Amino acid sequence: MHAPEDPLKPPSDHFAEPWQATILAMATALIREGHFTLTDWATALGNALARAETDGRPDTDETYFLAALDALEQLSERAGLTNAQRAERKADWEDAYLKTPHGQPVVLGQPEQGVG
Amino acid sequence: MTEYDAKKIGDLHRHLHSHMPSDPALRVKALESLAVEKGLVAQETIDTWVEMYAEKVGPKRGAKIVAQSWTDPAFRQRLLDDAGQAIKEFGYEGHATEHLKAVENTADTHNLVVCTLCSCYPFAVLGMSPIWYRSAAYRARAVKEPRAVLEEFGVTLGNDIKVRVWDSTAELRYLVIPERPAGTEGWDAERLAALVTRNAMIGTERDLQVT
Repeated sequence: MHAPEDPLKPPSDHFAEPWQATILAMATALIREGHFTLTDWATALGNALARAETDGRPDTDETYFLAALDALEQLSERAGLTNAQRAERKADWEDAYLKTPHGQPVVLGQPEQGVG
Repeated sequence: MTEYDAKKIGDLHRHLHSHMPSDPALRVKALESLAVEKGLVAQETIDTWVEMYAEKVGPKRGAKIVAQSWTDPAFRQRLLDDAGQAIKEFGYEGHATEHLKAVENTADTHNLVVCTLCSCYPFAVLGMSPIWYRSAAYRARAVKEPRAVLEEFGVTLGNDIKVRVWDSTAELRYLVIPERPAGTEGWDAERLAALVTRNAMIGTERDLQVT
């Protein structure tokens, strides 16, 4: 696996999961808003892909997007989204999924079911 | 005395909450919601990008499957029996299509697909889901008042047509096979595929236009 020519293009013409598309959409938007540059993105993604290769990960789209996620998390620190904030928010989402019964949309801050 | 079996409880927990997204999906949700909340990016910017790719990559795979089902009765049967297996003939299997169910519209039945909880969707055959599919309004109303929702999409159904609403889960996702339009006799699958729209395969469109 090697650094792509255009780091903001998906590696194939198809996303297996929506989170993969969201990563590239967010990278594009954060660059446009000036939070980091296209060169920063290309470098971070290239490094993450190189690490994946060193670690012996398979040369797949899944590996590509996991590397892209690592790169996005790393660069978003510069925009003020810290590791601790991300971990806390991730736990909030997990909590929301666990508390939401089927048939209702998942939103953050869901109250405990059956209480009250 | 009750004995607790941690593995059993864990399995049950995971089963009950099978809508829990994967670890990377949750990491992305965390990043996205924080970035939008802090005003670093606009939700619309992200959605617009995704929508653009949705159109570019789009539902062409699903359209090919539907067209094949119109021209090849044996394939149609395999598709209805086990869609996840049948689409392997096209090489389209993917993470989100292992358990795919194809449901067919007929003269007296219309099928509509929703995911009330989140936005489960057969990405491998339909590409990215449209924004409205992920909206809270669609998710809530498609089950409660499907005919009213269909009206808003321009689909008016007579009372003689039954509506079936399919609520997707992480394990089972749906593909609607619309009816083949009249006036397309003798068309090959490729020409027919061009008529099949994304919305028709979700069920928010019924009568395909012959162009």
